Amino acid sequence: MKLFPIMGGIHPEHRKDLTSEKAIVAMPMPATLFLPLQQHIGEPAAPTVEAGYLVKKGELLARSDGAISAPIHAPTSGRIRAIAEITAPHPSGLPMPTIILESDGKDEWTDLPPPIDDPFAAPPQSIRDRVAECGIVGMGGATFPSAVKLGLGTQRKLEVLLLNGAECEPYLTCDDRLMREYADEVIDGARIMAHALGAPRVIVAIETNKPQAIEAMAKAAAATDNVTIAKVPARYPMGGERQLTQAVTGLETPARKLTADMGVVVHNVATARAVHDAVRLGRPLISRIVTVSGGAVPNPGNIEVPLGVKVSELLAFCGGADGAARFVSGGPMMGQPLPSLDVPVVKGSSGILALTRAETRESEPQPCIRCGSCIAACPCGLVPMQMAAFIRAEKMAEAVRIGVQDCVSCGSCTYVCPSHIPLVQYFRYAKGRLATQDRERRKNEQTKALVEARNARLERLAMARRDAAARARAPQPETAQEAGRIAP
Amino acid sequence: MLLDVGSLAVMGVTLGAVLGTAAKLLAVPHNPLEEEILEMLPGSQCGQCGFVGCAQYAAALAKGAAPVTLCPPGGKGTIEALAHKLGVTPDMGQHKETVPQVAFIDEDLCIGCLRCIGECCSDAIVGAPKQLHTVIADACHACTKCVKVCPTEAISMHALPPSITAWHWQKPGDPMRH
Amino acid sequence: MNTVVEKSGPYTHGANSIQRTMFTVLAALVPATLFNLYLFGWPAIFLFAMTMAACVACEAACVRIGGGSPANAIGNGSVLITGWLLALSLPPWAPWWVAVVASVFAVGIAKHAFGGLGQNLFNPAMVGRVVVLVSFPVQMTAFVPPKPLFSAGAPGFIEGLGVTFGRGVNLDGLSAASQLGFVKNELARGVPAHQSVEQLPGLGELMWGFHPGSMGETAVPLLLLGGLFLMWRKVITWHIPVGMLGTLLLLGTLFSAIDPGRHAGGLFHLISGASVLGAFFIATDYVTSPVSNGGRLAFGIGCGLLTWIIRTYAGYPEGFAFAILLMNAMAPLLDRAFRPRMFGRTLKGEPLPLGKFK
Repeated sequence: MKLFPIMGGIHPEHRKDLTSEKAIVAMPMPATLFLPLQQHIGEPAAPTVEAGYLVKKGELLARSDGAISAPIHAPTSGRIRAIAEITAPHPSGLPMPTIILESDGKDEWTDLPPPIDDPFAAPPQSIRDRVAECGIVGMGGATFPSAVKLGLGTQRKLEVLLLNGAECEPYLTCDDRLMREYADEVIDGARIMAHALGAPRVIVAIETNKPQAIEAMAKAAAATDNVTIAKVPARYPMGGERQLTQAVTGLETPARKLTADMGVVVHNVATARAVHDAVRLGRPLISRIVTVSGGAVPNPGNIEVPLGVKVSELLAFCGGADGAARFVSGGPMMGQPLPSLDVPVVKGSSGILALTRAETRESEPQPCIRCGSCIAACPCGLVPMQMAAFIRAEKMAEAVRIGVQDCVSCGSCTYVCPSHIPLVQYFRYAKGRLATQDRERRKNEQTKALVEARNARLERLAMARRDAAARARAPQPETAQEAGRIAP
Repeated sequence: MLLDVGSLAVMGVTLGAVLGTAAKLLAVPHNPLEEEILEMLPGSQCGQCGFVGCAQYAAALAKGAAPVTLCPPGGKGTIEALAHKLGVTPDMGQHKETVPQVAFIDEDLCIGCLRCIGECCSDAIVGAPKQLHTVIADACHACTKCVKVCPTEAISMHALPPSITAWHWQKPGDPMRH
Repeated sequence: MNTVVEKSGPYTHGANSIQRTMFTVLAALVPATLFNLYLFGWPAIFLFAMTMAACVACEAACVRIGGGSPANAIGNGSVLITGWLLALSLPPWAPWWVAVVASVFAVGIAKHAFGGLGQNLFNPAMVGRVVVLVSFPVQMTAFVPPKPLFSAGAPGFIEGLGVTFGRGVNLDGLSAASQLGFVKNELARGVPAHQSVEQLPGLGELMWGFHPGSMGETAVPLLLLGGLFLMWRKVITWHIPVGMLGTLLLLGTLFSAIDPGRHAGGLFHLISGASVLGAFFIATDYVTSPVSNGGRLAFGIGCGLLTWIIRTYAGYPEGFAFAILLMNAMAPLLDRAFRPRMFGRTLKGEPLPLGKFK
C-alpha cells in the first residue's frame, strides 16, 4: 500500500517491550467502584439511580444528557452506596460527582438488549443508537462519544473508515495486545462501524513496530473483502487523527475542517472492539484494557480493568509502584498526570504509568539556545520556541497569529528541547487563557444584553405609565363598546 | 527683506486661518473612541470604578485620565481588551485579581423585600414579595449593588467554586536565568 | 494524597541537553585544534589557554553580577565554545592582552550585555575578533609561518612564554602575510591574482595549513572532519555550510573564469582563510543563526556572498568575521521570512483547499 510522509515527528524511546509480550489478564472485581459522571467529552451523564439502589452488571446508572454525552453502566452487580464528589482523574485534582458502587460479589448480568443479528442489514441509525445506548466513547484517549462520530456520514459521503492501531505513544501496548488477541472482534466491529458510517472501505493502520499485531489483523482481514492493512512507519505522533490520515491517504486536512470532510473517519481499534461487543452481544462499555507500566511497577502488564477501579488498587494488582516520580494516565507524551492514586480508571484510561526519575528525565529549564529542534519536530509546522516566547511575555494575540491554536499538544517539541523548556505547558496555558477570555467575553456580552433588555423594559414601563396618566387626564370614550372596538 | 517678512507673515496668517476654520468645521462632536470603549464595558453602571456609570468611566479612559484596571465586573478580559485598544500596558498591581464571584442570598435572613431585585441591572435575582429571593448565578456579574441595598445584610459575594471545565494549566515558571 | 501537579507532560524526554550539544561541538574541534597547537608551538598553546581562561573568568564575573550560578553557566559549555573559537581566530603569536580584550568584548559585551545565553544577537567570538582586529591591526595581522613544536627554530617553553606574555618578540623578521593577505597585497602591487596564487604553496599544502595564518585557518581536512561529525550527530544541518561554501566556490570559480587577473579561484577561497571553520562551526552557532532550514540556507548563502565580496573588494583580506556579524543582524528577518508552513494551511496561513479521498 502506498504511504505518504508526515510533517515533523520524533522517535521517542518506545519502551513498549516492558509489556508487549504480556497477554491481557482480567483484574478481579474489587469491593468498590467509583464511576465519575463525566468520562467523555461533552455534557456529564445524569444519574438514574440513587443511594441504596440495587443494580445488576450492565445496568444503566446514568443516562446521556444532551446531544454530546454518553451514559454510564454498572461494571458489576451490587448496591449504590452514594453519589458523591470524588477527586477526578484530572490534573486539576478537583472533585466530580461520582457514583459509588459496592460490589455484591455475584457479578450478575442484567437483561441486556438483544444482539443485532445481521448488523449489515440493519439500518445504520440502529447501529448508532446501540453504540450510544452502550456508552461507547473514543477509547484512544479522546473519549468523544462514538455514536456522534459514527453519524458523520449522515451529512457527507464517506469513503473509508481508518482504524487507528498506530499506538505511537511510548509504553502503551493495550491496542497491540488487543489486535493480537481479539483481531476477529476488532475487524468485525470496524466493519459494523463502516456500515454505520456509510463508508465502503476499512483501512487498519498499524505501526511497523507491531509485526505480530499486523499479522493477526491481516489474517482476520483476509476473510473480508473490504478491509486492508496499512503498515505505517513508527513515528510519533503517527496516531494523531490528521497525521494518520495524511500518512495513509496523502491528504492534508485543511485548517478548521474535519478529516470527514475529505471522506475519511478515524476510529480507534479498542472502540471497534467495544462496538462489536455492543452490537453482537448487547454489552455496554463497562471495562477496558489498560497498560500498567513504567519502571516503578514490578509486574507491568495489560490488564482488562472494570471501569471505576481505583488506580491504587490496579497498581497494587501489578505489584505496587514504589519509587515512582510521576503517575500518568495515558501515554507519557500526551497523558495527564494523576493528582492522586485514589482516582478511578475511566473510559479513556489507556495506560496507568508509574515512572521513575530516570525515565522522566525531568530537569530544570535552561534558556532557549535557538537550536531549532522544536521546529523540526513539530508535526503542525509551527515555531514552538517563538510561540513560547510570546506567551511568556503574555502576548497572546501574537501567539495566536503564529498558530498556537493549531497546536495539538503532542509534546514532540518539549521532548526534543535540549534546554528542557516546558513548551507544551506554555501552549496549554495559552489555550486555557484564551478559552477563559472567550468565556468572560461571552459572559460580558450576555450581561450587556440583560442590562439592555432591562433598560428597555423599564423604558416601556415608564412610557406605559406616562400613557396611562395621559389617558386618565384625557376625556373618556363615550361607551364601553366603543372602547372595546378601539382597543380589543 | 520687508518683502520676505511680509510674504511669510501673509502665508502664516492665511494658513492659520485655514487650519482654524477647518478645526471648527470638521470638528468631531463626540470622541468616537469613547463610544467604542463604552461598548467594551459591561454597562451595568455599578459604579465600582469610582465613576457615576460606565459612560463616565469610558470618557475618562478615552482622555487617558483613568487606568484600565478599575472595572471588577469586566474582569481581566476587559482590562486586556481596553489596554489593547488604548495601547497601554495595564498595571495589574492595581487590579485585584479575584476569582469570579457571584451574589449569594442567605435564606434565613432574606425577608423578601424586593429591593435587590429593583437594583439588579442584569435581572439576575428572581423572587416575589415576601418570598425568598435567589440569584441566577449565570446572569450575575458581581456588580455588588444588591449587597449594598439589602436591609438585612442577607446578600454576600461568594467565589464561584473552581470547575474542571474552566481549569487550565498554569504558566510555567521562568526558565532559570544564570 | 492530593498533590498539586505543577508540571504538564510530556513525562519523558530525549537524551539531548545543552551540555551534550556544546560538548559535541568541542569534541569536533579537538583534532583540528591539537594539530594547530602543534603547528604553531608554545606561543599558540599559551594564547589558547589565555583566551579560554579570560572568557571563563569573564563569564563567571558576569553571571555572578547577574545573580546566577557561575558553575552552572560554565558547566553548560557555551562559554568554552566562545573562548575556543575566539582563540582559533587570533594570530597564534599574538600577545596575551589581545586575547583578554577580545574575551571581554566577546563574553562581557556581545553575550552578557545582551542578556546572556540565548539572547545575544551577534556571535560573541566574532565580535571579540572584530573588536581587536579594528583596534590593533598590527598585532592582528602579524602572522608567522608555522613552526611546529620541537622542530628546529621553534620557540621553546620559556621562549614561548616570552612571545605571549613578554614584551613581545620583534616579528618583523618572521612575520608574513596570510595567503589571502598575500594575494591582496600582490594585487595592490599590480600582480594578477592567478600569478600570486601560484607563488603560494600548492593547494594541498595550503589545505593542511603549512602557511601563515590564524590558528583556525589551517588544518582544513580536520575541520571538515569535525564538521561532518557534527552533521552526523545531528548537531548541525547541512544548510549553512553548504549554502556558504557553495556560494564561495561558485562565485570564486565564476569570477576567476571571467577575470583571472582580478579574482582568485573557487577552491582557493574554500581552503584559505576561515571558510571551513566558519561554515561549520561559527556560522552554525544556534543562537545567532536562523532557526528554520530555509532560513539557514539563505543565511549560509548570505555569509558566503558577503565573505566573497569583502575578500574581493574591501580593505580587509579576510571578511568572514564581518560577513557573519552582518548576517547575524539579518537572522531575525530571515526567521520571519522563512517560517515553516503550518499543517493544513498555505504559506500565507489560509486553510488549504479541501481534498477528497478516492
